[in-house]
Amino acid sequence: MPAPIRLRELIRTIRTARTQAEEREMIQKECAAIRSSFREEDNTYRCRNVAKLLYMHMLGYPAHFGQLECLKLIASQKFTDKRIGYLGAMLLLDERQDVHLLMTNCIKNDLNHSTQYVQGLALCTLGCMGSSEMCRDLAGEVEKLLKTSNSYLRKKAALCAVHVIRKVPELMEMFLPATKNLLSEKNHGVLHTSVVLLTEMCERSPDMLAHFRKLVPQLVRILKNLIMSGYSPEHDVSGISDPFLQVRILRLLRILGKSDDDSSEAMNDILAQVATNTETSKNVGNAILYETVLTIMDIKSESGLRVLAINILGRFLLNNDKNIRYVALTSLLKTVQTDHNAVQRHRSTIVDCLKDLDVSIKRRAMELSFALVNGNNIRGMMKELLYFLDSCDPEFKADCASGVFLAAEKYGTDSLTSLHVTAVLSCVLAGSYVRDDSVPNLIQLITNSVEMHAYTVQRLYKALLDDISQQPLVQVASWCIGEYGDLLVSGQCEEEEPIQDEVLDVLEGLLVSNLSTPVTRGYALTAIMKLSTRFSSVNRIKKVVSIYGSSIDVELQQRAVEYNALFKKYDHMRPALLERMPIMEKTATNGPTEIVQTNGETEPSAVEPKHPPPVTQPANQVRTPYSGSYSEQDSSAVTTQFSHDIITFPPSVFQTFQLQLLSPSSNVVPALNQGTVTQVIRVLNPQKQQLRMRIKLTYTHKGSPVQDLAEVNNFPPQSWQ
Amino acid sequence: MQFMLLFSRQGKLRLQKWYVPLSDKEKKKITRELVQTVLARKPKMCSFLEWRDLKIVYKRYASLYFCCAIEDQDNELITLEIIHRYVELLDKYFGSVCELDIIFNFEKAYFILDEFLLGGEAQETSKKNVLKAIEQADLLQEVSNTGLHPESFVNPSCV
Repeated sequence: MPAPIRLRELIRTIRTARTQAEEREMIQKECAAIRSSFREEDNTYRCRNVAKLLYMHMLGYPAHFGQLECLKLIASQKFTDKRIGYLGAMLLLDERQDVHLLMTNCIKNDLNHSTQYVQGLALCTLGCMGSSEMCRDLAGEVEKLLKTSNSYLRKKAALCAVHVIRKVPELMEMFLPATKNLLSEKNHGVLHTSVVLLTEMCERSPDMLAHFRKLVPQLVRILKNLIMSGYSPEHDVSGISDPFLQVRILRLLRILGKSDDDSSEAMNDILAQVATNTETSKNVGNAILYETVLTIMDIKSESGLRVLAINILGRFLLNNDKNIRYVALTSLLKTVQTDHNAVQRHRSTIVDCLKDLDVSIKRRAMELSFALVNGNNIRGMMKELLYFLDSCDPEFKADCASGVFLAAEKYGTDSLTSLHVTAVLSCVLAGSYVRDDSVPNLIQLITNSVEMHAYTVQRLYKALLDDISQQPLVQVASWCIGEYGDLLVSGQCEEEEPIQDEVLDVLEGLLVSNLSTPVTRGYALTAIMKLSTRFSSVNRIKKVVSIYGSSIDVELQQRAVEYNALFKKYDHMRPALLERMPIMEKTATNGPTEIVQTNGETEPSAVEPKHPPPVTQPANQVRTPYSGSYSEQDSSAVTTQFSHDIITFPPSVFQTFQLQLLSPSSNVVPALNQGTVTQVIRVLNPQKQQLRMRIKLTYTHKGSPVQDLAEVNNFPPQSWQ
Repeated sequence: MQFMLLFSRQGKLRLQKWYVPLSDKEKKKITRELVQTVLARKPKMCSFLEWRDLKIVYKRYASLYFCCAIEDQDNELITLEIIHRYVELLDKYFGSVCELDIIFNFEKAYFILDEFLLGGEAQETSKKNVLKAIEQADLLQEVSNTGLHPESFVNPSCV
């Protein structure tokens, strides 16, 4: 039998294959040769064959038949065999394979081998892929090696111990004694791996954490030496001494200093030193600064240090290196809740990052921007965020739309309403990116921005023409068309306006479409009904409504029947019932959670419940001076409070007017004539009709509801002519 | 670190080191998806991306992509340094390393990696020490092949 071809020979051959099929053929041929070689139990070439198998495995071909051969190689006395055998084990065998446990004995022997490189192989393999059973069996050996004076082995044993602890946490205790003098080592390899081991133990066990807190001074000393010591060629990276070790120590300090005042204080100075003295021209320095900032923010550091940290992040944001900007945004996101004001100072830089080309940076900047929006900066921020929403990738639109909406809810004021409506419209038109439960909120927002009604209904109508599958969009659009359909066809739109029949076609289309949910159908039917007072094609509407009187859908049927009745028996009430909706008071938000995440937790948005103050005072007279304001006279001596709920209080004026009710000056009318409540009502009276107002007040007095009716007819002519 | 992948610009895998137990099928799936994602990145983009629940750190050296998956609490910037250190080690060992070196000597690339990282963490921060250990191990391999007794290499005092 000729000797199996060498590894490099095989690689060269396979690379000459011009097609996938050709390659597969070569591989199959070689695999067959290897298989027969394995069957012959050929010791000489086993190593070579397994190596070839590993190459073919990397190309994606199955190699499981080599698993047992790896075990045989591991058991061999030749170092070459062991090297390839262990490599094969790490690549082909994992804890899911039954045969992997057969390795245990070999590894145990090799852990006690006289040659440190063999011991090293065993430690490496165990530390990379040892299963829980293997770890249990061999933990003792690892612990022994953790105490050896041979630094080559000690460092490997430390990381092996880390793996054992991850696999079998209960075994952590047994490694405790061996950690006693780990940090006294001079060897950096051992120091580094020891710090990793200590970190793992502290992260897993609060007891260990408490126990190891006493190491803080020692860690601080080691870190100080690294910074202060001169050039050490062995560990130097761009002028910094062993950055890997520095970063790991900083991370361990973070864990030890968290929620512990004494430890935090002990590390204060060194953190300040690292923060100010580290060279920032290369990535390696910034890596250390980054870790330092994370540590400062997590422990109980003094405010000066925190400000220093945030400023470092601010400088990072201006760095040319994208990677640095990215980590800065990530870190700022983590700290924005606790150090809000400090982060606000960097707001403009953060907003600039929205325009970055990199997707990851954009996402971070967006999340951070939402976290920074407040009452003061809402106007500027909204502009930037709207621009971002318009131009961003589809993967962002959902979250951005939510964020914009929430920001508008939380911080919007009346003067910003048009901005918000545009915002919201952009969201809705961007697709179904607004949740179903935001439909009422959207409708409220649109209602309240009177000057935008024409624009809104036009845009929504156009959107409906394109796509009727997105239910929230369709619902809002139907509602708007129902309300403002007259504006849609009246020529107030910039573009060509539809005629009434076209609009009705669209709405009827929604009723019959398979894409519409029952809720949407309800919206559509109501919208059609409302148009009966805004459009002239009343007969057509009557017909549609009567058809749905026999709909299978109970909700639709009920609506249709009621509307039918309106047409037939209550036609005189129809105009009043279907007139324009008044401005709605801001109700509590439905508690959607903020999209901003801090430390992996979401913050619920503040829900503002409506508290109507209790009780009231009966008003015996309602005086209405011509200025349109009225005040109540209290005659009772009982101290009570006046509450009036605007929602149940739409003053009815005739259809030719449009009303805007602003919030009353207060919800409480003090007793004994000690004050008044003023509410401003703006009336749009384009047809210059005589102004008359009927007021119905609903309030509670001593817990029981009271209604008061009044009419105001004495508006001076100047006010409406 | 959960895993490290080396692949070419054509998406061919040159090295795969897994520090978490996954089935072959899962490894193949992850590799395929990740390679696609990374290769789709434009040159000016940053070296970090979020993928599933992991942070991916990647860097391109000539025709090879070095790609690491790290956990949430790991430092991305220092991972870049880890990648760079590995490249330096390969470079020193092979003498101006190129992709072909890693293709034809993949087992050596693994040996070097296993002297630098263990269980996903750096075991040795001195370049010199890693290279010395490899050198010694190579020598031991030579010796074992030629029949000399390996016991002459019992625990030297240097690393």
